[in-house]
Amino acid sequence: MKHTFKIFRYDPAKERQPRYQEYQVEAEPTDKILDCLNRIRWEQDSSLTYRMSCAHGVCGSDAMRINGICALACQRLIKDYGEGPLLIEPLPQFPVLKDLLVDLTAFFEKYRGIWPYLLPDDPAPEKERLQSPEERMAFDEAIRCILCGCCTAACPILEDNQQFLGPAALLRAFRYLFDSRDRQKGKRMELLDDENAIWGCKTHGKCTEVCPKEIQVTQSLGRVKKKIYDSKKAP
Amino acid sequence: MKHDVVIIGSGIAGLRAAVELAAHADVAIVSKVFPTRSHSGAAQGGITAALGNEEEDRWEWHMFDTVKGSDFLGDQDAIEIMVRDAPRAIIELEHMGVPFSRTAEGTIAQRAFGGHTRDFGKAPVKRACYASDRTGRIILDTLFEQSIKAGVQCYAEFIMIDLLFNATRCVGVVLLELATGKIHAVHTRALLLATGGAGKIYKTTSNCFSNTGDALSIVLQKGLPLQDMECLQFHPTGIKGLGILMSEAARGEGGILLNRHGERFMERYAPVIKDLAPRDIVSRAIVREIREGNGVGGSDYVHLDLTALGPEKIKERLWEIASFATIYAGVDPVHEPVPVQPTCHYIMGGIPTDVDGRVLGADEHKPVPGLFAAGESSCVSVHGANRLGCNSLLDLVVFGRRAGKAILSSLQDGGVTHDKPDSPGSGRDTIEKLLAARGKERVPAIRRELQELMTDHCSVFRDHRGLETAQVKITELKHRYRDIGLSCRDRHFNLELIEALEGEHLLNCAEVIVLSALHRRESRGAHYREDYPERNDQDFLHHTLVATGSGGMEITTKPVQITRFKPVARTY
Repeated sequence: MKHTFKIFRYDPAKERQPRYQEYQVEAEPTDKILDCLNRIRWEQDSSLTYRMSCAHGVCGSDAMRINGICALACQRLIKDYGEGPLLIEPLPQFPVLKDLLVDLTAFFEKYRGIWPYLLPDDPAPEKERLQSPEERMAFDEAIRCILCGCCTAACPILEDNQQFLGPAALLRAFRYLFDSRDRQKGKRMELLDDENAIWGCKTHGKCTEVCPKEIQVTQSLGRVKKKIYDSKKAP
Repeated sequence: MKHDVVIIGSGIAGLRAAVELAAHADVAIVSKVFPTRSHSGAAQGGITAALGNEEEDRWEWHMFDTVKGSDFLGDQDAIEIMVRDAPRAIIELEHMGVPFSRTAEGTIAQRAFGGHTRDFGKAPVKRACYASDRTGRIILDTLFEQSIKAGVQCYAEFIMIDLLFNATRCVGVVLLELATGKIHAVHTRALLLATGGAGKIYKTTSNCFSNTGDALSIVLQKGLPLQDMECLQFHPTGIKGLGILMSEAARGEGGILLNRHGERFMERYAPVIKDLAPRDIVSRAIVREIREGNGVGGSDYVHLDLTALGPEKIKERLWEIASFATIYAGVDPVHEPVPVQPTCHYIMGGIPTDVDGRVLGADEHKPVPGLFAAGESSCVSVHGANRLGCNSLLDLVVFGRRAGKAILSSLQDGGVTHDKPDSPGSGRDTIEKLLAARGKERVPAIRRELQELMTDHCSVFRDHRGLETAQVKITELKHRYRDIGLSCRDRHFNLELIEALEGEHLLNCAEVIVLSALHRRESRGAHYREDYPERNDQDFLHHTLVATGSGGMEITTKPVQITRFKPVARTY
């Protein structure tokens, strides 16, 4: 069956204004949106630009806005959407470099800034550091994060405050703060105890709604807030 | 630009080498994609080591399994290094922060995997250390984060288009910057190739769009050899039609394969370890069942049944692959079997190296100064004719680290300076020619024909006639490639240009694969010739090397290193 794709096109190097271009694509209900974009590019318009790599929701390259909702193009199928044209746009809030391909520099800068690595202070034991299954499960969901950027693009706080770290970076901070092997929890909490860090989150919950890996992002950030709050309360 | 060391590829092998070098040298990573998008991240099931956390295990058993799994084509000196280093490598990853799943005692949890056995083949053993079913992704993330901590510079979205040499020494690399279309010559004292696989040669594959064999093809064009390229692994359980993997961990945790009669057919093909036989054996069994009309509904797939595992175990240990089945096949594996069929997954062959990542040249297999390789793009060879599941992540961290150490000692030798290349390389010409190309052929069409051709004639089963057909047609496709035309003229983010570069790499790799497969007139591991169904140690217990000589591509051979285990019949 033929489907209409209405796609955001913009090349800042050549064009003043973004525009929308329509394409007709033959597609099965079980085809991925990414399959359709590839078909357009390979058969109709080789200038259409976007990122992609693994094509099954593991690498996080092809986050974009499909019918107004941030998602991975390789994880959404034609049958997930109703009749009518499919509207394909770049992730909001990120500067467009070309068509659906956006600048992720600021996104990754924020991620780098939250110390995204284990900070153990004891000399490493000869064998593995012990961790109970319960301690390990405390952050199990958070390690599903693939840094695709859907949550951050969907976050309403960032619309008004670009200084806010955003849900993806904060979720990675959660992952290390709740890892029983990490020994710098005080320092981490100091880093996160800021209006542009954890307190920037006002629990809108958009991040959780769009997360392609079904992570309870908002709830996890809530646990960070509680931990910081409790640490101040304690004598 | 100048760096002491440049690493091409930001997967686990490249990152592990970078972390090893960061404190001692000016090291930069170059990647086609942002590092966390690298395809190491798609590895699901685990990473092997004889830790013995769940039950008794020994490195000797791990070594035997790997040798037997390789159908005795793996070099046993290299395999011994890998399996003996494995426990240290896993503990090191844990110390870096990898969140492995845990036993009740708090140690690293382990599970069964195909071909891994106790006591030299007596029964399956729990040897694969895992982090749910996201082991590759979480090791990739952890190593990338370690590279951030160590301050490694990264050029993301840059593509290698040529290597630079001064006489026989590799002295640099030519890169295309995707965001601008600019060409950069980077002068190096050591260059590490870690670009991964070439699965995009096939129609259905677990590989990502970037796995186009770039380093293999470029090395070949420089007159260096490729080794054992006929040895390609087809993973038995890709989701039907898509190639997305249902991890072998599904069977390690108790899943079974069923044909249309509901029969657990692996009992007939591997009576001792059944569904946990190595991948080549399971893939052949599935294709045989399909050929004999035992595919589900008489069609071209079988069922992977996980319904006995229960929702808790699936949620805890196989969440991600369960989500793949739900999203892409519309099947909830808690309640229904998943339709699967073999899919192109991994290339055991690659750029020949010694056990320290030094690339070996065509000239008496001597190391090429300044050039190193690791990971799937290399061939050490630890996987021989068939890799065991979870041995690839181990290969990446063990030999990535060893390459890093060897590079460091080569830098410390002092004699290695930034030599000037003999020529600026063909990179700029290549790009200008492609951007100006107005021919009538289109890259996507050529690529699609190649993928169909290789799938039809050079897959799980092969024979002389099919391989010869493939050879003739690849030559035709290469001829047609010379007449390609591009319609996008942009220099910045030109996907058509990138795919044109990759298309040539795919053709080059396919040509070598078919030539090597024609040469090996026997069946060994994943290379199965229907016209020569037996292994023939007398004539073919050797590695295949293909290099471009004066008269086109030439085949030579190299003996296999056999230390502890003499070849015996391979039954499970």
